[in-house]
Amino acid sequence: MAFEGLADRLQKTMQKIRGKGKVTEADVKEMMREVRLALLYADVNLKVVKDFIKKVSERAVGQEVMKSLTPGQQVIKVVKEELTELMGGEQSKIAVSPKPPTVIMMVGLQGAGKTTTTGKLANLLRKNYNRKPLLVAADIYRPAAINQLQTLGKQLTMPVFSLGDQVSPVEIAAKAIEHAKAEHHDYVLIDTAGRLHIDENLMDELKNIKEAVKPDEIFLVVDAMTGQDAVNVATSFNDQLGITGVILTKLDGDTRGGAALSIRAVTGKPIKFVGMGEKMDALEPFHPERMASRILGMGDVLSLIEKA
Amino acid sequence: MGFFDKLKEKLTKQTETVTEKFKDGLTKTRQSFSDKMNDLVARYRKVDEDFFEELEEVLIQADVGFDTVLELVDELKMEVKRRNIQESSQVKEIIVEKLVDIYESDDEQITSLNIQDNGLTVILFVGVNGVGKTTTIGKLAYKFKQEGKKVLLAAGDTFRAGAIEQLEVWGKRVGVDVIKQNEGSDPAAVMYDAIQAARSRKADILLCDTAGRLQNKVNLMKELEKVKRVIEREIPGAPHEVLLVLDATTGQNAMIQAKQFKEATDVTGIVLTKLDGTAKGGIVIAIRKELNIPVKFVGLGEKMDDLQPFDLEQYVYGLFAGLADENKED
Ligand SMILES: Nc1nc2c(ncn2[C@@H]2O[C@H](COP(=O)(O)OP(=O)(O)OP(=O)(O)O)[C@@H](O)[C@H]2O)c(=O)[nH]1
Ligand SMILES: Nc1nc2c(ncn2[C@@H]2O[C@H](COP(=O)(O)OP(=O)(O)OP(=O)(O)O)[C@@H](O)[C@H]2O)c(=O)[nH]1
Ligand SMILES: [Mg+2]
Ligand SMILES: [Mg+2]
Repeated sequence: MAFEGLADRLQKTMQKIRGKGKVTEADVKEMMREVRLALLYADVNLKVVKDFIKKVSERAVGQEVMKSLTPGQQVIKVVKEELTELMGGEQSKIAVSPKPPTVIMMVGLQGAGKTTTTGKLANLLRKNYNRKPLLVAADIYRPAAINQLQTLGKQLTMPVFSLGDQVSPVEIAAKAIEHAKAEHHDYVLIDTAGRLHIDENLMDELKNIKEAVKPDEIFLVVDAMTGQDAVNVATSFNDQLGITGVILTKLDGDTRGGAALSIRAVTGKPIKFVGMGEKMDALEPFHPERMASRILGMGDVLSLIEKA
Repeated sequence: MGFFDKLKEKLTKQTETVTEKFKDGLTKTRQSFSDKMNDLVARYRKVDEDFFEELEEVLIQADVGFDTVLELVDELKMEVKRRNIQESSQVKEIIVEKLVDIYESDDEQITSLNIQDNGLTVILFVGVNGVGKTTTIGKLAYKFKQEGKKVLLAAGDTFRAGAIEQLEVWGKRVGVDVIKQNEGSDPAAVMYDAIQAARSRKADILLCDTAGRLQNKVNLMKELEKVKRVIEREIPGAPHEVLLVLDATTGQNAMIQAKQFKEATDVTGIVLTKLDGTAKGGIVIAIRKELNIPVKFVGLGEKMDDLQPFDLEQYVYGLFAGLADENKED
């Protein structure tokens, strides 16, 4: 697999251009070939890669080289800074409505991890913020989706609101808000069915839920392993619904997770949390820096540079 | 006869519905891909370095593995030189030919399942979380049931919340029984039970669900090996198929999945799901090339009948249909 060789390749490229006072255009060009590769292997969208390379090249050329770094390392330093910048700051805050309950909608493609993340998020709200969330089973399509959420509710000893699978999701969501008010829940987390961004009927359903419950947050749940198509999915969900944030799941795998960068770049919406496992406590704040290193897949090189 | 004409002829012989369904599912894939190709060809009259670089990019956006893309483009360059091709429009056809070449092997029967004529056929499903294993089992059960086979399902995902119930809903929908134990029990024990049940009930097909697991989780991969060993021990020659389910939206990581699952369970085929979206699943071409694992089925939706046998030419046709039509005009 070419994955492993990247750090080495970069080192080699860097060695070739060692020992100059300034970073030249030719240096940058050579380095950028490797960076482009690294980003593409990480599934960063091609268009995003191109824009990124352009921006970084402009910044890198002509830079004074720090004493402790080779020109190559200097370029990588710029790359990482820009990558981190592009991914935004750390933003694991969740909206709080002045008029409780705060309503959160979970949306995304099939199998992305919405139901699991709904449970995790409720757990986090209770544990870290002492909140009292209500889980809402608004997926009436997937076999045993309600059951799945109820099982998670049981594990967490948290109530799950359900009207079965014969009532429309819009009605379920609306009734859930009433119920939450009556029972003094301060958060309502709505688990919706997975759907394709090109499925007009089901996307309309989400718009109708949004209209009915006026959510404070709409989180797009995205599988970290998503390939080039991530931008289409994210753009489409964002255009149609106006998402407020992204949760990246399954980052406990060995994917580079370049989709994170693509999504952030095309939607401008923050990545708030990452899923790091199947258990209910496996939800962590998103760290742009760590993600940048991961996407580049160059832990060693980067730690070298960080020391500089 | 040109490649596209041959393709057309072959396709008209297929049953209309199958082709339509496949084409429907691939509409988005086809459009975006061939739009890009046509755009590319329109912008580059001459076949030069820039042309190839952009061609490379088009393929990358289809999630075709990077190494495969590079190799393909290299081969194309040679071919273009050999045939002395100057115009970019002439390259289109060669691109398709090469893609098919890369994927195809001498083995003709690669898409059919290894079904036993007499006695029980066991099919094990493996893959990472949320790719569509359970759903595919439902669909395949339906398919076998339609063929008049006696089918049994094994609820080997004893871990995920609601996994057993999900399989049971599918069982009910299709009209086949599910062998299960309680949540949290040993999946290998479920398989053992299921095999005994399949024997005593004289089932033809046993479809075994397993929990989704990321390929880098050593313990979970070990557990899967154990599940497979139990099946092997009970029935020599079983499991007759180990199907790796891959989500078409997955990028480069799918290659690592294929590699790891193959190592652990000796995968015999791939089911490529969610091809009804806009993702292209191009990585299967690289997987076929590097690991020699063929795609056997594609998932084109969430319903019972949204499963189709993989047909390479249809797949490529799906990707290139726009091109093919244009080719015919000139
Ligand atoms: N390893 C790992 N698995 C996860 C993570 N998040 C979710 N999963 C698993 O991914 C699979 C799908 O999760 P679900 O929560 O059912 O996904 P969903 O988006 O609700 O799926 P649909 O409702 O069918 O669209 C399950 O097996 C989960 O256990 C994660 O962060 N890490
Ligand atoms: N659009 C589309 N959705 C699919 C397809 N196949 C499965 N799905 C959906 O993907 C989601 C996950 O499917 P499952 O069958 O639960 O996946 P799994 O691999 O068993 O998941 P785990 O057991 O949690 O690892 C469900 O919402 C399915 O309806 C397909 O071909 N197209
Ligand atoms: Mg769900
Ligand atoms: Mg399953």
